[in-house]
Amino acid sequence: MYHHRLSEFIAGLLFGLGLILAGMTNPAKVIAFLDLFGAWDPSLAFVMGGAILVGLFAFTLAKKRTSNFLGGAIHLPKLKNIDRRLVLGSLIFGAGWGLAGFCPGPALVSLAAGQPKAAGFVAAMIAGMLVFELIERRQPKS
Amino acid sequence: MLGVAAALFILVNGRVLGISGILGGLFFPIKGDAAWRLSFVAGVLIAPVVYTLFATPIAARIDAGWATVVIAGLLVGVGTRYGSGCTSGHGVCGLSRLSPRSLVATLAFMAAGFVTVFLVRHALV
Repeated sequence: MYHHRLSEFIAGLLFGLGLILAGMTNPAKVIAFLDLFGAWDPSLAFVMGGAILVGLFAFTLAKKRTSNFLGGAIHLPKLKNIDRRLVLGSLIFGAGWGLAGFCPGPALVSLAAGQPKAAGFVAAMIAGMLVFELIERRQPKS
Repeated sequence: MLGVAAALFILVNGRVLGISGILGGLFFPIKGDAAWRLSFVAGVLIAPVVYTLFATPIAARIDAGWATVVIAGLLVGVGTRYGSGCTSGHGVCGLSRLSPRSLVATLAFMAAGFVTVFLVRHALV
């Protein structure tokens, strides 16, 4: 199991470093990317485009394989339907993202970098996730 | 580097690199489903420490006040779970695997982000 944990840790580390190098952990830069009608800074679009380009190869390969490199299962999302949950949830997320300039990954990195406001954001985000989880669990699955 | 991380995670570990989903699955974890999440999150959290070993930290500026930060955090927490993903899961991984669902989600959160910044920066001041 040791190499599983190590490879997951390395993926997390690379991801975190990638976010820092891209400038995603600077909310002012993220807001500038979202500020179409102001001094728009499109550079993060290239960051995302570059990541998707690499991802395209990886996921094309992943879809063809029956197991991952460590011999386990490849877990790909099964949901296909475009529903109210998907759209409304994403709109709510986007509003929060635009307000503070943090999305979940960069917020975690900034929390670990010792920024008080990032810690406040992450605490509120986890509270939000927990509230959602508790509400979900009270409702019978349809 | 973000793409490489996502590529490694799906090919080596067989998991979609989606931060909100990885975090969300930690609250009431199914047995045996927590360890991979925790080691990944540990890697993310150690990243700024590793970064500062080799370079000076990049200055980050947060313009939002405390109340806004907390409201934004709540919205991001609820929204990402309700919509099943965030920038990494839908935006990077979802678009990479050409998922129509993730395309809709990404367009929705980008649009909401644009509108929110427009309102805060240009319309309400």
